[in-house]
Amino acid sequence: MARRIKIPATKYPVERFTLDNGLRVVLTPDRSAPVVGVAVVYDVGIRSEPEGRTGFAHLFEHLMFQGSENLEKLAHFRHVQGAGGTFNGSTHLDFTDYYEALPSGALERALFLEADRMRGPRLTEENLLNQIDVVKEEIRVNVLNRPYGGFPWLRLPPVMFSTFANSHDGYGSFGDLDSATVEDAQNFFDRYYACGNATLAVAGDFDVATATEMIKRHFGDVPARPAPERPDFDEPDLDSERRDTYTDRLAPLPGVASAWRVPDPIGAFPDYLPYVVLAEVLTDGDASRLVERLVQRDRTVTSIGGYIGFMGDEFQVRNPTALLLQAHMPPGGDAEKVLRTVDEELDRLAVDGLRPGELERTQARIATHLLRDTDPVLGRALPMAVLELQRGRPEMLNELPKLVGEVTEAQIVAAAATLRPERRATVEVIPGATA
Amino acid sequence: MSTKVLPDLIPDAKLKLPREAERTIAGGLTVIAIRRPAVPLVELRLRVPFGKSPLPRATLLSQALFTGTGTMTSVDIAAELQAVGGGLSAGLDPDKLLISGNSLAAGLDRMLEILAAVLTDPGYPKDEVATERDRLIDHIQVAQSQPAHLARTALLKRIYGKHPYAIQTPEPEQVRAVRPAQLRALHAERVRPEGAVLVLVGDINPEKAIDAAEKALGSWTGPAKDGTIPPTPPLEPGPLLLVDRPGAVQSSLRMALPALERTDPDYAALQLANLVFGGYFSSRWVENIREDKGYTYGPHTGIEHFAAGSALMVSAEVATEVTGPSLLETVYELGRIASLPPGEDELEQARRYALGTLRLSMSTQAGLAGLAGMYAGIGLRLDHLREYTAALASATREQVADVASRFLAPSRAVTVVLGDADKVEGPLSALTTVERGAE
Repeated sequence: MARRIKIPATKYPVERFTLDNGLRVVLTPDRSAPVVGVAVVYDVGIRSEPEGRTGFAHLFEHLMFQGSENLEKLAHFRHVQGAGGTFNGSTHLDFTDYYEALPSGALERALFLEADRMRGPRLTEENLLNQIDVVKEEIRVNVLNRPYGGFPWLRLPPVMFSTFANSHDGYGSFGDLDSATVEDAQNFFDRYYACGNATLAVAGDFDVATATEMIKRHFGDVPARPAPERPDFDEPDLDSERRDTYTDRLAPLPGVASAWRVPDPIGAFPDYLPYVVLAEVLTDGDASRLVERLVQRDRTVTSIGGYIGFMGDEFQVRNPTALLLQAHMPPGGDAEKVLRTVDEELDRLAVDGLRPGELERTQARIATHLLRDTDPVLGRALPMAVLELQRGRPEMLNELPKLVGEVTEAQIVAAAATLRPERRATVEVIPGATA
Repeated sequence: MSTKVLPDLIPDAKLKLPREAERTIAGGLTVIAIRRPAVPLVELRLRVPFGKSPLPRATLLSQALFTGTGTMTSVDIAAELQAVGGGLSAGLDPDKLLISGNSLAAGLDRMLEILAAVLTDPGYPKDEVATERDRLIDHIQVAQSQPAHLARTALLKRIYGKHPYAIQTPEPEQVRAVRPAQLRALHAERVRPEGAVLVLVGDINPEKAIDAAEKALGSWTGPAKDGTIPPTPPLEPGPLLLVDRPGAVQSSLRMALPALERTDPDYAALQLANLVFGGYFSSRWVENIREDKGYTYGPHTGIEHFAAGSALMVSAEVATEVTGPSLLETVYELGRIASLPPGEDELEQARRYALGTLRLSMSTQAGLAGLAGMYAGIGLRLDHLREYTAALASATREQVADVASRFLAPSRAVTVVLGDADKVEGPLSALTTVERGAE
């Protein structure tokens, strides 16, 4: 084995401050390209939806684009794109983000747009009904009209978790979406979209003093509202295996996904991090344990992937969360057999440890992925906003490749030993389409 | 409520191109190396012309390229790449084999060595090829259950007829018949450096990166086979083709319109016309059928370029019950852009979007690698961006209206709808002649 390659680090500067109204701000300048990224993240997501309102956090995200104090419907999109920028938002289990990437001369415009909707979106019956229709089409595209829709991110939580917060369908039922009201939306905004419950991050080509002044000017008069108390969504680990099976009428081939609880990503970060590396040891590329065994040798699966967090956001998810493995199988594939082999490989890892070089090469590849993710301005603004929100440590983005590189073989082995069948939740897809 | 005023934009600074070097190395490969040191990585793109290659073999070759060399197994290749933070993968389109990858910047030499072994000493071992063949068949089967794939397949057949672009995914039984010896023969014949372009972008010294490429790939030699594909046929508008997908809760609406290649003097104006019509969120069509009517989630349009011709593609997944009205609005918006000049404001907005998003693409290593590779594929270099941005900046309403009338007229569109035919045929027939497709 060649000598180990040194894992490099980025040195993005980080400036933090909090406005008088409680808004936390992160600035990370980098003047090497004439573009900026702006991200606003609110500490509310799918887990905070009230019962009877599944899908509401996501529906509300759509409503945040429908106009605000000084902006008509459509204005937000036009102002961002008419400045040469792109925009989007996304709803996660624990947070909701809104963001723009633009040429640097449009920074102040993006700050204005975010501040305006932080003061309050225009919530109207007409816009609500329009966006309920749009969201239903989104669900049809991504879930109902395609094979493997929602597999496994919508299918595993109800098997693994018991509480409504952790187990319900984050896209929402059409019934719940239809019964959403403007009043619900106003209440949701009032409760969760407080500036004390949000962070703002700006990355890219700007001068810190100028940007600081702009931020104070645009966000300074957003009324101070405190963050609501965040519930602890923890629930007990499984003490016996849970299984579910469903038929996907559009799927031509069988699939299976399993999940195991992992330590608290924030409260127990040193215990959690080895699982991030373990997922890659198991599934990253042809030289990984499970790809080599299941895809290449046994040919019992056509593809297998492993990751943490139901939405793959391993450094942006709170407790409780899980390590997931998902596999697609050839015709007639046997999920039992696949699971047995996974158990066998986990045992082997737990007993025999890693091979020479196996950990180092996995860490090097994870480092490349992490570094590459930070290259676009939004690849810095978004995670730094979330790291500030959840940990108060946006500079951790610079440290992650090194921290991953410090995970030891003993930690990987210990992590693998916890992935026992009796702690596992599994969902199987039965193909309902004639291939 | 106090009224606040939207801040002005600060005009863009002059376009700045990154430092680059280029050389045709021993063996015949063209190498372009671009310095963008933002993160300590390097991006790699290798385009090998592959036009006219037999589809089932070429597709399996792209899937099995990394299964082994004379001295390495597939696991060795993957592990050796990982050791330098690297990864390589291959994809195929009707014109080219595209190898893409990245690694830690310090791992470039090693990644190039492994790439060279794969290119010059391919193994295509029997067992590994059999595995990849079965996997490819499974992937194709899954693709054939996806509405987006089925709609595209039907549209390509309808617009390209007997042209080689008409079929871009092989049938499972065709793949099943491919043997490793055929892959070795195809590799020997087509995976050659002449006409190929390697692009390296990242935290590199461009001259040194080319030296490293020469050291690793200088022994990769051989002439290219002529893969020139005849020009695509003109679109032949006809009845709307309706492909049945019983029980579908959405219809996949697809249209193809004629388009210009990137080097055409009117291309910038056509791109702007496309944006005003439907090519970004703040376009007429998206604001109409999504933000006003709620018929759809992610409608989009874009110009698709192949070596032998370009086409403007229109795509939307719409609820089954509003399939007819969606076609109505689409035809209306095409008619409007083809018949009336765009407003000053909406043209300006589209222009800024086109210019700004180019700057965003240029701001990352992967974005630059994509742009440089794309241009190299048509004989241009990154400095073409100066010309293109100047054309975007100066296109007038009259020019945009002129290209829109020639290229976006609904009378020129070829239309395909994939959906529950029994439910949507009636409403569609109210608007146009409908022909049901064979299964």
